[in-house]
Amino acid sequence: MGATILMPALSPTMTEGKLSRWLKKEGDTVAAGDVIAEIETDKATMEVEAVDEGQITKILVAEGTEGVAVNSAIAELDGGDSKNAAGGPQQPVSNATKAGGETAEVAKQAEDHGAVAAKGAAKGEGSAAQAKGPEQEPEKDWGPTKTQTVREALRDAMALEMRADDTVFLLGEEVAQYQGAYKVSQGLLDEFGPKRVVDTPITEHGFTGMAVGAAMSGLRPIVEFMTFNFSMQAIDHIINSAAKTLYMSGGQLGCPIVFRGPNGAAARVAAQHSQCYASWYAHVPGLRVLAPWSAADAKGLLRAAIRDPNPVVFLENEILYGQSFEVPEDDDFILPIGKAKIERRGKDVTIVAFSIEVGLALKAAEKLAEEGIDAEVINLRSIRPLDTETIVNSVKKTNRLVTVEEGWAFSGIGAEVAMQVIEHAFDHLDAPPVRVAGLDVPMPYAANLEKLALPTVDHVVDAAKSVTYKK
Amino acid sequence: MVQGAKAGTTKRSGRPGPAPSSLKTPPLKNEGLTQEQLLQAYNDMLLIRRFEEKAGQLYGMGLIGGFCHLYIGQEAVVVGMQMCLKPGDQVITSYRDHGHMLATGMESRGVMAELTGREGGYSRGKGGSMHMFSREKGFYGGHGIVGAQVSIGTGLAFSNMYRNDGSVCLTYYGDGAANQGQVFESYNLAALMKLPVIFIIENNKYGMGTSAERASASKDRSKDGTPWGIPGEQVDGMDVQAVKAAGERAVAYCREGNGPYILEMKTYRYRGHSMSDPAKYRTREEVQKMREQHDPIETIRKILLEGGMDETKIKTVDDKVKTIVADAAEFAQTSPEPDEKELWTDILVEAR
Repeated sequence: MGATILMPALSPTMTEGKLSRWLKKEGDTVAAGDVIAEIETDKATMEVEAVDEGQITKILVAEGTEGVAVNSAIAELDGGDSKNAAGGPQQPVSNATKAGGETAEVAKQAEDHGAVAAKGAAKGEGSAAQAKGPEQEPEKDWGPTKTQTVREALRDAMALEMRADDTVFLLGEEVAQYQGAYKVSQGLLDEFGPKRVVDTPITEHGFTGMAVGAAMSGLRPIVEFMTFNFSMQAIDHIINSAAKTLYMSGGQLGCPIVFRGPNGAAARVAAQHSQCYASWYAHVPGLRVLAPWSAADAKGLLRAAIRDPNPVVFLENEILYGQSFEVPEDDDFILPIGKAKIERRGKDVTIVAFSIEVGLALKAAEKLAEEGIDAEVINLRSIRPLDTETIVNSVKKTNRLVTVEEGWAFSGIGAEVAMQVIEHAFDHLDAPPVRVAGLDVPMPYAANLEKLALPTVDHVVDAAKSVTYKK
Repeated sequence: MVQGAKAGTTKRSGRPGPAPSSLKTPPLKNEGLTQEQLLQAYNDMLLIRRFEEKAGQLYGMGLIGGFCHLYIGQEAVVVGMQMCLKPGDQVITSYRDHGHMLATGMESRGVMAELTGREGGYSRGKGGSMHMFSREKGFYGGHGIVGAQVSIGTGLAFSNMYRNDGSVCLTYYGDGAANQGQVFESYNLAALMKLPVIFIIENNKYGMGTSAERASASKDRSKDGTPWGIPGEQVDGMDVQAVKAAGERAVAYCREGNGPYILEMKTYRYRGHSMSDPAKYRTREEVQKMREQHDPIETIRKILLEGGMDETKIKTVDDKVKTIVADAAEFAQTSPEPDEKELWTDILVEAR
């Protein structure tokens, strides 16, 4: 049986080209892979290889011919393909054009889906608000508590999960023999040994990729970044390798891994060591992003993060490590991912904050109370997924929104929270939302300048007064 | 200087092994492989060759989109290495990955249907040419970021060490990726932790359009692990028997718990970097010379015939391969496009 050789496309956008040269003539025998002709586009010259073996019985397009349409017959092998022969000269159908057309169509559909995506996300994360009614169900009572620092709570969470599951291990710089650069992993080496508490060289890119590989094969690594600033060395693995592989593999290859460490400004460490990465990671589908404030948050959320089958970015704060909070003693204590906590109930203004800014917001709320403004403070705990339901329900009650974050305002978490409120409770807003955020500058070193660059209690008080028109 | 001649030198550092073979004079005899093993290797290499030719054809017809990096010319590398593995071992590579998938035993149909973006593809059409996986076959991708798979492969080897299961991980990358910083980070990590990983540099002489000579000051990539004490060999990657012999040494070294091993495969890709590569950076004569004098498939075919193999037996393999590839192409064109619902699946694993 014969075959027809068609004009190939060199790229999805090519519709026609010049058949510049035949390297075989009628009567020649060709094998698969033999170069038979050269074709030219405005961009490049390429070789055409035979796909089937046989004898070239007829050349249909002479060399030098311009404007040869993609997919039109250019030669016949062994008398040609009977289908094509019967149909006479082949229509210059161009799959490339067709593909282009389809691409445009797909693009349009994607645009439609974009709208759906926004709704979908809202449905997944927030709009159940309407169905559930205005009051959030109270958080589970875990019984008696003890006082603990955030540092101790994080260590306990890791130790509990490592005892329960021997595929869980910790790796990072100084996590083992040094007992943690910030002493978060204190005691873990003694209990679990060097196989499960692994010191690495200072090579974030390499050890993060290695941990991602270990997770893909079913282990559950906890990667400690000495600070999240250094995660930028490894961000390709966090996003391209960890977050996207499940999707790209059609659900075959998950990546159960936790990336944790201190995030944001510490004190007097200047621009390269003082940045909040919440909005960077929150941007990415396939990741979860958590940011605990209290010791109870730290313990409950870290346990949830380690058990979660997905990559989780866990943003801690160095200044909080030494602060003490009440933590449930219950061995089973764990917090759900994706639920915010109302830390203080109020009716006049909703203040949404995460990590260290929750403390700031609570102090601001006390000051506001002295001036007769009753603020509700929401601790996000989870940034992605975002608990839109809790935020929206609160704003429906208070009609006012202030967001607080340490990172930059532009494209920040406050921008996203405000937009969610605009999408879901626009008619309930009595004032434009206000963002309190770090100033739009690299963090300065000088003590006075650093202080000016970060949010303060007074900034939050002022913002709350402005949205309640008390100022 | 013709680069093919240079590729012919086989040097080694580290462990001793058989005498070096040369690209100039392909050994036309069995070197430790039986006729049947050679026929199997011929079959596996031919399947990759014909599959890739078909993929190129479907690309030309507009049925495969985006990037499509063909493996034609390099078949001996994966086929030779795969002969050294046992179940439980892992394979990971870059985006020039169709050959690796077929070598690990993944189905032609599923691979081709992924290329056409159909439901029957390994990733249900959501990964494409560069992103396919099969945990069952030990194939961990299919990675699109140059060099990323080297760290990930080191992590797969870490899990073997952690589980102490005796498995090894073959981590493939090209001469271009061999310059990435994370490759050297991985050498260090693997050597420090004595991880059972074989770093396989498929040196096909060009990182896209830049020749290896213009991209690296390291002239012998098999010695790149020297500072960390990682043994390495240069191997004639156009000779499946040489590849298998070197692979056996490397695998044995790793399984014994000695840590990583480097194999630099001197190989050649006949096609462009991707489908839309005009290949101005090398002459047609260079490509033609390789095809005529060092083709890994033709070499084995000649050895089989000279060894007395019945030509009809070879023809049977040719026909079988042709049928498999035709069937895969047919499947890849008739399998439906993924359901629109697939857009929203597999973003996160639902928590327990």
